[in-house]
Amino acid sequence: MADLEKNRPQAEEPAPPKVKARKLKDFSDGTRATRITLNVVSVVCAVILWLVLSSSSSLNTFLASPAQVWEALQEEIASNGRYFKDLSISLQRVMIGFGTGFICAIPVAFLMGWYPKVRNLLEPWIQFLRTIPPLAMIPLVILAAGLTEKAKYIIIFIASFLVVVVTVYQGIRQVDLTLVKAAYTFGARDMNLFLDVMVPEAFPYILVGARLAVASSLTTLIAAEMTGTIYGLGARIQLAQQYMNTSVVLLGIITIGVIGYILDKILLLLEARLTRWK
Amino acid sequence: MAKKLIEISHVNKTYRDKTRGDTVALDDVSLDIFENEFVCVVGPSGCGKTTLLNIIAGLERFDSGSVSMNGAPVVGPGPDRGVIFQQYALFPWMTVKKNIEYGMKYKKVRRPAGEIDPKTNAPREKTEYTKLTKEEKRALSEKYIKMVNLQGFENAYPKQLSGGMKQRVAIARGYAVAPDVLLMDEPFGALDAQTRAQLQEDLLVTWQEEKKTCFFITHDVEEAVLLATKIVIMSARPGKVMEIVDVNLPYPRNQATKLLPEFVEMKNRIWNTVYQMYLEVRK
Repeated sequence: MADLEKNRPQAEEPAPPKVKARKLKDFSDGTRATRITLNVVSVVCAVILWLVLSSSSSLNTFLASPAQVWEALQEEIASNGRYFKDLSISLQRVMIGFGTGFICAIPVAFLMGWYPKVRNLLEPWIQFLRTIPPLAMIPLVILAAGLTEKAKYIIIFIASFLVVVVTVYQGIRQVDLTLVKAAYTFGARDMNLFLDVMVPEAFPYILVGARLAVASSLTTLIAAEMTGTIYGLGARIQLAQQYMNTSVVLLGIITIGVIGYILDKILLLLEARLTRWK
Repeated sequence: MAKKLIEISHVNKTYRDKTRGDTVALDDVSLDIFENEFVCVVGPSGCGKTTLLNIIAGLERFDSGSVSMNGAPVVGPGPDRGVIFQQYALFPWMTVKKNIEYGMKYKKVRRPAGEIDPKTNAPREKTEYTKLTKEEKRALSEKYIKMVNLQGFENAYPKQLSGGMKQRVAIARGYAVAPDVLLMDEPFGALDAQTRAQLQEDLLVTWQEEKKTCFFITHDVEEAVLLATKIVIMSARPGKVMEIVDVNLPYPRNQATKLLPEFVEMKNRIWNTVYQMYLEVRK
């Protein structure tokens, strides 16, 4: 046996596969300088793209150029035109609808988080209602409240209320039970526990809920304004469309984007300020 | 004879679970804890160590038997029993100082008649129990921040601290409340070996100074022998007290104590007992 082994022609040992030095994926966000540069490049590219697209003959029938939109804005400012009235009325609707929705949602979320009975009673409602887009409720609300301001407030209220309830409630459910135990050992009563532990623990979720609700409110607002009203950014866009006023259509759309962006930035800033401990 | 602080007698506790069946966590557990004792509980995981601690803390109910503290039955958590958790349990939105002061928030101290009331600047007419003033809380938090060597970190948030530092904050918070007993649930379990040794040494120094009664759970037999005056060995499923060992190693103790032959002998003996029980449970 051993002899056979010895006499077998020696196969050449293949070289082991080569291992190349490799660079692993970098999961960091890059330096501040590159981040800002890329963001600026991105914005510049968007404007260039817009310029190019709006100068093509097949698109410029509906896509106004940056210069035209700028001109439209100048005109509105010079003539103290409808633009500002629309803007302020839309903002008012968002603020009232979102504000009341947000304020009403917080206690509901806390009650659901704190009392199992309330939770089990309300959860089916919330889970069902949140799957219905608030836009689907517009006809019903208009039947109930007419083509009034109140109808717009109600629709935005529903939109933001549901988002905030769901988010904050989930935050409360995730409360760290070790902290609850710790507070108990220091002599905290149930109500102390609520203020000392539950509220601070849920606080970041309240801010997240507010951001989601603002986004949802804006969507709902514009849709609500497109039926049966003559004021507001949504109505203005629709009206301008009927007159083929492409620059005002685009001005309205951009304005909505800017409002959403600014409101989100404000809430992000608030978050960074108030939850520095995170 | 020292004063009996905690009396646990014939305590039973079963966790009921319809799908997985019932688990007997504590089976007829009796144990006395005297003032100035450092009691360490060792035993394989699942022997009900944490359940026992939670019951003493008043955080968990038990099925039968009795638990009393200073002669009164334990009916819920209270500031006479401080708890230090393995996961630190620091409030992330509070700074180090605020965390320590929070511990004292609901504590009431006895103010004897005749003592000057800082609010009215007049002597008290009768003995009262009142909360600590802001100044008292500040002074105590400063004292205990110094004790755990965290000066300079008063205004840091927990996320800015290492695990060892977090646990030092929790220990300072526990001491600042001045409970009659400190209940510690594997407080050094999540720390690396060096930090652990350091904190053991700190705890020994503090205990030798203040002689604060401690009930300390660990799965590390060496740690138990180093720190304890009395070791309770528990068995698993059902959780029972198997043996109570008095540790008569001399003080002052420190990491060098681990080299003494008596230490090694005792550690090996207890370790073997615990390991045998672990193998039994595995079967």
